Amino acid sequence: MSAIQEAVTEAPAVEAVPKRAMTLGYGTSLIMLALLIIAPLFVKNFIIFQLTMLLIYALAVLALNILTGGSGQFSLGQSAFYAVGAYTSAILMEHVGMNYALTLPIAGVICFAFGFAFGQPALRLSGVYLALATFALATAMPQLLKLGYFEHWTGGVQGLVVTKPDAPFGLPMSQDMWLYYFTLVVTIAIYIFSVNLLKSRSGRAFMAIRDNEIAASAMGIDVALYKTLAFGVSAGITGVAGGLGAIAVQFVAPDGYTITLAISLFLGMWSAASAGCPDRSSVRLSLSSCPTSPKAFQKAFLAPCSASFCSSSSSWCRTAPGR
Amino acid sequence: MELFTNQVLAGIATGAIYACMALAVVMIYQAIDHLNFAQGEMAMFSTFVSWQLMQWGIPYWWAFLITLAFSFAGGIVIERLLFKPLAKAPILTNVAGFIALFAIINSVAGLIWDFTIKQYPTPFGSSPFLGSQLISTHQAGMIGVTVLLLIALYFFFQFTRIGLAMRAAASLPESARLVGINTSWMIALGWGMAAAIGSIAGILIAPVVFLEPNMMGGVLIYGFAAAVLGGLTSPLGAVVGGFLVGVFENLAGTYIPVSAMS
Repeated sequence: MSAIQEAVTEAPAVEAVPKRAMTLGYGTSLIMLALLIIAPLFVKNFIIFQLTMLLIYALAVLALNILTGGSGQFSLGQSAFYAVGAYTSAILMEHVGMNYALTLPIAGVICFAFGFAFGQPALRLSGVYLALATFALATAMPQLLKLGYFEHWTGGVQGLVVTKPDAPFGLPMSQDMWLYYFTLVVTIAIYIFSVNLLKSRSGRAFMAIRDNEIAASAMGIDVALYKTLAFGVSAGITGVAGGLGAIAVQFVAPDGYTITLAISLFLGMWSAASAGCPDRSSVRLSLSSCPTSPKAFQKAFLAPCSASFCSSSSSWCRTAPGR
Repeated sequence: MELFTNQVLAGIATGAIYACMALAVVMIYQAIDHLNFAQGEMAMFSTFVSWQLMQWGIPYWWAFLITLAFSFAGGIVIERLLFKPLAKAPILTNVAGFIALFAIINSVAGLIWDFTIKQYPTPFGSSPFLGSQLISTHQAGMIGVTVLLLIALYFFFQFTRIGLAMRAAASLPESARLVGINTSWMIALGWGMAAAIGSIAGILIAPVVFLEPNMMGGVLIYGFAAAVLGGLTSPLGAVVGGFLVGVFENLAGTYIPVSAMS
């Protein structure tokens, strides 16, 4: 109980962050965007693939940031949502023959529902217990995917191979480059969505809950609803990232979505937070205020990129055959 | 019926390991109010150390004792270096610290000893225990060592000065400090003991799950389950929870149809 009390009493200690420290100017943002757009024109296909994975992980970290930075809950189980998204996309593409772009919203919706459902019991948990429950979810997910019941759909231990889409309309670009731009567009769209979400009524409700749950409910915010909603939105975005990941890697298998992935995402969020704030001694401060200023997202964008770049080059390529 | 008894006994044997892990988790939880996500990796590292000692030709029980001492010291060092500075930090920072420790120990073990799966010796042998087909000598040994450990811990906490001081520091730190107990060092001591208990669990389970850097993942989850079942604040509850989880795991594996589990 004392942990909860601590969380409640300590939360308001978050001070206002100096605005300049947290923001990137429009100019910098545009330059970064331009770099992201022209970068693939000058590198080899494999590097483009790496850049695509980097965007995908950035998206997953963004999702975790909404959950942690926005609503003050945290999750060590993002790999589970990522896996559900990846499998949804892969199954819809391979068994139903659906277009890859259409599978992404479906993956997002299914993961939203999954996250929302998982958020229900998680509501009653806080602090270490929430960490524990999500940790268990992440550990259990690979085993669940291997279940005999679903083997017809999931391919069991062997996983599923996904065909990589060609560039449409006869555009003269390689599959990797097309997928990169496709991912970039999805990422930017979701980024704009997240920024607007956090600026909206719901976003302010998230932050009120993060800062002080009791005060938030006194102000008439439905704490239970918004907490589960934050879980759902975060899981939904992670699911889209997972779906993109499945298409990019062309392969899904249960052992690609272990706790290690959840830990990389967690570390990604962490480094995003510490990069967003120049004062390293107050990592927590920046973590909780990072997403409140939308521009910080831009900055938060780069850090997970570097983090995910490392993890994508080390762990992911091992699971992707033929790469 | 024989299958049932067999499975229950095997469950008690693995349950003994879960009980050790749960006990280690609970000791740290009581001391600092945080769950040690790196407990399994610490145990794994200790197990690797004992394996290395045996590779150098040190007999099993000497390696066992040296490993215990190493883990004890290692636990104290981790507490002093990493978690003492975090004592006043919020939950998220602590969780990140544990996760970092998890990742670091896992990678360092992989770096030193490689990710290949290794055999681990058992001092008890694996022949049937006392001529009965119900349980192997290694399983009996696991139960025996755990019971000895639990009795030793019971006497330590009930009848020694320092055990009493540790209990005082865990339950009411301010009052304990007022009567002259160095609570900070009691926490470090708790870490050391938790690390040592974890290393015993690792060494005992290694012949079953084989030695590799990810060996403790499943064990740790069951250990957490046991600790939560026992209420997280009660060492006795953790031990009972550990045995229960072990038995349930085996019975579910036996009686729920295989097609559902694969």
